[in-house]
Amino acid sequence: MTLQLLHFQILSAAIFCIGLYGVLARRSAVLVLMSIELMLNAVNLQLVAFGAYSGFGTSTGQVIAVFVITIAAAEVGLALAIVMRLFRSRGGVNLDEIDVMRG
Amino acid sequence: MAFDNLFSEIVFWALAVVTIGSAALVVHLRSIFRAALMLVVSFLGIAGIFAMVNAEFLAVVQVLVYGGGIAVLVIFAVMMTRDVDTGNRSTAVQPVALVMGVALLAALAYSIVQAEWALLPDSLPAPIATVFVETPTQLGRLLLSDYVLAFEVAGVLLLAAVIGALSLVRERRDA
Repeated sequence: MTLQLLHFQILSAAIFCIGLYGVLARRSAVLVLMSIELMLNAVNLQLVAFGAYSGFGTSTGQVIAVFVITIAAAEVGLALAIVMRLFRSRGGVNLDEIDVMRG
Repeated sequence: MAFDNLFSEIVFWALAVVTIGSAALVVHLRSIFRAALMLVVSFLGIAGIFAMVNAEFLAVVQVLVYGGGIAVLVIFAVMMTRDVDTGNRSTAVQPVALVMGVALLAALAYSIVQAEWALLPDSLPAPIATVFVETPTQLGRLLLSDYVLAFEVAGVLLLAAVIGALSLVRERRDA
């Protein structure tokens, strides 16, 4: 049995679903952020694997993955700044306790 | 680089087990700090898989950006948590989340197996093995030709994110 695109796709899907579970099931904002990073990584893996198996020798998938990494880095920086502000103003980062905007 | 030898299979399965195992531990461990460390292991596993599929540059970037920068940021944010050892509690919808995760995985796996990928004839089990592509060179050319607009916008986005993060965490003495 040789390694096929299928293997990489299933691996990526598994990581994505673990990330989805983490986003939905975890209470801490930091953990939710980490789960989102897992999901972004799964998508990157999919892009790169498709690029490698497409048979055209193009690197377009990798270019998109580079942009995903860039935007993920910006997102993590901003989100952790928000987490820090939340911690300062409310003393905790549990998402279910942050209901300032509840009507 | 052909994927029909035993060695690459062993490497793939080892990396897959490490990556999925540590990713599962990220969402399972009670201690947020240990979860962050497991996240780093997971990132490194994905970097290894990048190196397998002709993406050496991305593998290095993954180690530097995720294994280095984002890991430091996340561990720094862990200090913002009150109860690090037991803080990784579940929400009320945890069983629903588990069901949804498993259901999505099943749906994805089914559609991946069923789909007929147009780019992938059965006679091509290995990635483009015939010509060795210098991906870093090619990436650089693509980034500064076809994708130069997105490249510039990404730079502006990073600058905006840095300024935004700075202004968010700044202490306001007058307020």
